[in-house]
Amino acid sequence: MTQQVATDRFGAFGGRYVPETLVPALDQLEVALAEALADPAFTGELAYMLETYVGRPSALTEAPNLSARVGVPVWLKREDLNHTGAHKINNALAQALLAKRMGKKRIIAETGAGQHGVATATVCARLGLQCVVYMGEEDMRRQQLNVFRMRLMGATVVPVTAGTRTLKDATSEAIRDWVATCEDSHYIIGSVVGPAPYPRMVRDFQAIIGREARAQMLQRAGRLPSHVVACVGGGSNAMGIFHAFVEDAAVRLVGVEAAGEGLDTGRHSASLSHGVPGVLHGTLSYLLQDDDGQVHPAHSISAGLDYPGVGPEHSYLRDSGRAQYVAVTDGAALCGFELLSRLEGIIPALETSHAVAWIAEQAGRFASDDCILLCVSGRGDKDVSQVAEVLSSGVRHA
Amino acid sequence: MLTDRLRALRAEGRRALVCYVTAGHPTPAESARLIRELPAAGCDVLEVGVPFSDPLADGPIIQGSSQKALEQGVTLERALGIIAEAKPTAPVVLFSYLNPLMKAGPDVLQRAKAAGVSGVLVTDLPVGADPEREAWLGSGPLEFVRLVAPTTPQQRMAEIVKHGRGFVYLISRLGVTGVHQGVATDLPASVAKLRAVCDLPICVGFGISTPEQVRAVGDVADGVVVGSALVQAVETRGVDAALALVREMRAALDRP
Repeated sequence: MTQQVATDRFGAFGGRYVPETLVPALDQLEVALAEALADPAFTGELAYMLETYVGRPSALTEAPNLSARVGVPVWLKREDLNHTGAHKINNALAQALLAKRMGKKRIIAETGAGQHGVATATVCARLGLQCVVYMGEEDMRRQQLNVFRMRLMGATVVPVTAGTRTLKDATSEAIRDWVATCEDSHYIIGSVVGPAPYPRMVRDFQAIIGREARAQMLQRAGRLPSHVVACVGGGSNAMGIFHAFVEDAAVRLVGVEAAGEGLDTGRHSASLSHGVPGVLHGTLSYLLQDDDGQVHPAHSISAGLDYPGVGPEHSYLRDSGRAQYVAVTDGAALCGFELLSRLEGIIPALETSHAVAWIAEQAGRFASDDCILLCVSGRGDKDVSQVAEVLSSGVRHA
Repeated sequence: MLTDRLRALRAEGRRALVCYVTAGHPTPAESARLIRELPAAGCDVLEVGVPFSDPLADGPIIQGSSQKALEQGVTLERALGIIAEAKPTAPVVLFSYLNPLMKAGPDVLQRAKAAGVSGVLVTDLPVGADPEREAWLGSGPLEFVRLVAPTTPQQRMAEIVKHGRGFVYLISRLGVTGVHQGVATDLPASVAKLRAVCDLPICVGFGISTPEQVRAVGDVADGVVVGSALVQAVETRGVDAALALVREMRAALDRP
């Protein structure tokens, strides 16, 4: 029997809602993970590669001009400075090392914006693993540069033409691959979603963001932040930075979802703000769905947030009131994109731009002694051509 | 009812032919006719699939049929309506992903029973994953059919059997539903391993597409499940061709 219950849920959320074929593979993963985390050879190699290959610790940067704009100090945790330009590589590297330790020769991944796919292709090249990345056709169009990067590093990028042709369908296709190949392949999920043990494992591999940031804040600002702000699609950068602060009751955790064209238009990705609990991709969590239990397509200008579900721990933090979730439209995110570029010389990913936009919208509403920590989950180089296209067409949804 | 039906067949030295159809495919009306006429063509147990937007255990053929049915507005409620309208003479197992069942509310099992459904099978709810919802499905008016995979260790097989009713559905190969050539070479060994810990009838499915494969699987199992091949026949050649395929499969299965 599977030993679960104690570890596979966050309150009522999480679990393992998968085809029977995958149950032994998840059991095996859970055992291998526990053994690896207890083995200094594994943790040592991971720490060494995070330092020398990824470039950790990532910087904590003051944002004086954004601070002046919103009236309180804003600090940026610079995951955009990691190798491959986003936080995704923290998890991809750790899981690839784990897969190698498990004797798996082939890696499967799904990707939305392409950042997780690039990170996975990167570590697979470095570790000599075969890499297959599933990506929605629509996302391949939106993120051509990342498709080229993945192929350059030897990955096979498989276009997914089913359903909405975005992250949701790419994830389904990756799971279908894994059901057929679980004996020799490992599936590197890119976010804190999927069946147990993935949400906890991915969180733990991303928790280095918050551990570093908390220590850096204490050292540089001499205090903890009043708010930790991060964008939420599946929610891995947010869980990564939140985790170290969950026990600090005075620190407010703010997750920013994508309101797309507006929460009342039905074209958004705000699962926590507007979804109801349901099961998708192996986990029970807030989900955009209709009255018949069919999954409702998500929408966001940002491919990385364009997902109808969300990590189960976020659902738990939402219901327990420990974290607060808000939503920002495509149009506001574009303003956030321009704002951080103009004010600080840092071009943020469109995903991150949602969190920037929320902070900007709060200008004048913060208390005088507030202090904001923003997770810059990735850099916006991948988004510049799409943003240029949108800005020149003049179409904005405010 | 399912168990009795399968045991009675076995006592006669026959094997059960289990046929999967997607509710509402290719159209609600043709789907109802298919369900009504399958028993006369030789189908002993019907599996009726509830269309779902994200069928992650299904290959392209069943995904396509599901999508087509959804486009015509067929979801769980309409599926039950189609079954009620068809009134098939063979028992019906509702084949669903968990989310539509959860969303339909606790009384959906009673409503399914009233529509003429005997059993329920949930693709993405393995034994032990969610005891509360498993108890809901297992203690209601429907027989809760559980799945065993080629990767399942024998000790877990025994656990699964304990929680199952009706029959045990043995997945014949790794991967999603679809049309395949031949029969997995390790199938007889898998069936024997399961048989050693299982007192329920064993039906084998996934990738069984031709009368020859049906016959080969029938030699080791109590029942043979045919899904994608039938859906493909409906899609490309229509309901009558699908019924003809089932008659051929029945003949192959019954050949001495």
